[in-house]
Amino acid sequence: MRLHRLIAIIRKETLQIRRDFPSLLITVAMPLLLMLAFGYGVRFDVQHIPVYVYDREGSQQSQDFLKHFQASEYFRLIKAVDNYPALIEALDSGACRLAIVIPIDFSERLSAGGPVAVQALVDATDNNTANISLSYSEAVAQTYNQRLHLDWIQRHGLNTIQSPLSVDTRTWFNENLESSANIVPGVIAIIMAVIGSFLTSLTIAREWERGTMEQLVSTPITPLELMVGKLVPYFVIGLLDTVLCTALAILWFEVPFRGQWTVLLLSCTLFLVVVLSLGYLISVLAKSQLAASQAALIVTFLPAFLLSGFLYPIDQMPAAIQVITHLIPARYFMTILRDVFLKGTSIPFLASDLLALALFAAILTILATRAFHKKLT
Amino acid sequence: MTDHDTIPVLAHGLVKRFGDFVAVDRINLEARTGEVVGFLGPNGSGKSTTIRMLCGLLRPSAGQALVAGFDVAREPEQVRRRIGYMSQKFSLYNDLRVIENIRFFAGMYDVPASLLNERTQWVLDMAGLAGRESTITGTLPGGWKQRLALGCAVLHRPSILFLDEPTSGVDPISRRRFWELIHAMADEGVTVLVTTHYMDEAEYCNRLVLIFQGRIVAAGSPTELKQQAMTGELLLIECDQLGLALDVLQQVPGARDVALFGNALHVVVPDGQTSIPRLRDALSAHGVAVSRIEPIRASLEDVFVSLTARLSDRRT
Ligand SMILES: Nc1ncnc2c1ncn2[C@@H]1O[C@H](COP(=O)(O)OP(=O)(O)OP(=O)(O)O)[C@@H](O)[C@H]1O
Ligand SMILES: [Mg+2]
Repeated sequence: MRLHRLIAIIRKETLQIRRDFPSLLITVAMPLLLMLAFGYGVRFDVQHIPVYVYDREGSQQSQDFLKHFQASEYFRLIKAVDNYPALIEALDSGACRLAIVIPIDFSERLSAGGPVAVQALVDATDNNTANISLSYSEAVAQTYNQRLHLDWIQRHGLNTIQSPLSVDTRTWFNENLESSANIVPGVIAIIMAVIGSFLTSLTIAREWERGTMEQLVSTPITPLELMVGKLVPYFVIGLLDTVLCTALAILWFEVPFRGQWTVLLLSCTLFLVVVLSLGYLISVLAKSQLAASQAALIVTFLPAFLLSGFLYPIDQMPAAIQVITHLIPARYFMTILRDVFLKGTSIPFLASDLLALALFAAILTILATRAFHKKLT
Repeated sequence: MTDHDTIPVLAHGLVKRFGDFVAVDRINLEARTGEVVGFLGPNGSGKSTTIRMLCGLLRPSAGQALVAGFDVAREPEQVRRRIGYMSQKFSLYNDLRVIENIRFFAGMYDVPASLLNERTQWVLDMAGLAGRESTITGTLPGGWKQRLALGCAVLHRPSILFLDEPTSGVDPISRRRFWELIHAMADEGVTVLVTTHYMDEAEYCNRLVLIFQGRIVAAGSPTELKQQAMTGELLLIECDQLGLALDVLQQVPGARDVALFGNALHVVVPDGQTSIPRLRDALSAHGVAVSRIEPIRASLEDVFVSLTARLSDRRT
């Protein structure tokens, strides 16, 4: 590997990125946009969930309990009704997402110190909101009284909803119940998948399309020099974007960062190598920018979005799809990111995920180096 | 490194097939040190394909080629280090500045840092681009672009240059200037293989190789070619109804290689004195008004028409 050639390629590629407006837009604006969209989008989703109540007791204490719901920004008490059918109808028509039933002996049992069952009925057709509603109302109840028990009854889709136990595990490390804390670290993975694969998928294809490849391959450059030289600028961009997104996550969205910076950096580096090599590989194989960019989105962005546990929890996916997720590098990165941010897990506990990423990185770099030949066809 | 006795370009029985299609058919080629060899042929005759094989960019289907003494199929990297190549389609980076393109290719050819400034200046001067260093390459006029491309191909001072239609789409003055550059380099001992389909440019070459449908149909110096190929006398005919005249002349016994040249016709006949009246009669019998008919000196284009026509006859 000749340093001269490497530096020449790096410099040329950097100049081209700087002069290409779409590339700049993707490297600078897209991370900000995605962060804001997901950070806020998620918050809006879980705020002001419409709630109906059926207070069967109507006592001072039951009203007091309901005030806690009222005070929470997650819920909006729309209406109090006085019978079950009215509740059910409201749920069915979508007038409310959550219905709370306070038992007739609420204050009596409370003062007796016994467990009290408050019913919360959710419309589980929207699995995500249902889960969030349940965990939020549970949290409200817990702040009201540790001894209160909520008796969850699900109206629809009994099998698909998580058990209270797993609701617990999800909120364990996220005690403010801020869903953005869960989501925002994952957005970093999505952004890196796009930056890493989408932009690099264009680099080789562009040279073929513009005819510059013919001159390039007539020089003594080696395939390895070409690959490393082309990927270094995107690697740097990827790392800078990671820093930007992490700063945004911590400072703006107030996501806690409990882990070590080194773990974050290590996993980001590995994941970047994975997506960069993948993008490069696609670019070498595709030879047209359009085909390459589409392939890159299908191969990296979509799986990172859908199958990594970002949008849907993996343990809720059909078994066959769960198996497939093991082939998605973003899955491991997503786990690491959430753990590093929210749990502060240290390297030994993330070893298997880091190893998986390293394995993908190694395989893909080798494939990418091998794929390019200095021949015209 | 190669010793001085090595023939810079030597090809033997070179073949390139694309599927069933034979683009280059058993070509033999030789270029000696300091020679400017012109590679002539109509569109699709296999010029670019041959050059690409010689640069190690395409793998020959059969045959062998040695460039700077290295086999192009087995040691393409050794070949690439010693040659400069200018592809037919402009292939520098349009979005880079002139100086950035030069620096980039200097990097690709691993020009040592100590020589970088000197070489850069040399290329800028040679290409007449001094003062235009920070122009975005894409905005340069065609002729300037071609000179920049040549400059970028010779940054490492190669001893062999392959130029694929370096003057296509360039105005006549720029074309002349470009040929002066080529000759200046040849004078310094650089071997140049250049393709063109401008026949007038062929006169600038020391030696010509005429290629048609993937085959070499003639080779030699411009003068040799004209003498060898033109058995008979070439006549120029100016008349109206050129299309009709062409058909008529093709029916006249003894007349051959009838071809349209601008708004006149060229035809080869065994003997001018006896043929001129016969042709004139035949034309006027069909109502064609002849304004001029006289013997002329053959140009290379006539040579080419003559050769390719004979080849086509033989094949059918
Ligand atoms: N990669 C390829 N695949 C299939 N056919 C090809 C390929 N490259 C060239 N050809 C065919 O081979 C023939 C020779 O092409 P080539 O480009 O060598 O011609 P040329 O003499 O350079 O013509 P021009 O003056 O148009 O540049 C053409 O018929 C062309 O269509
Ligand atoms: Mg050509």
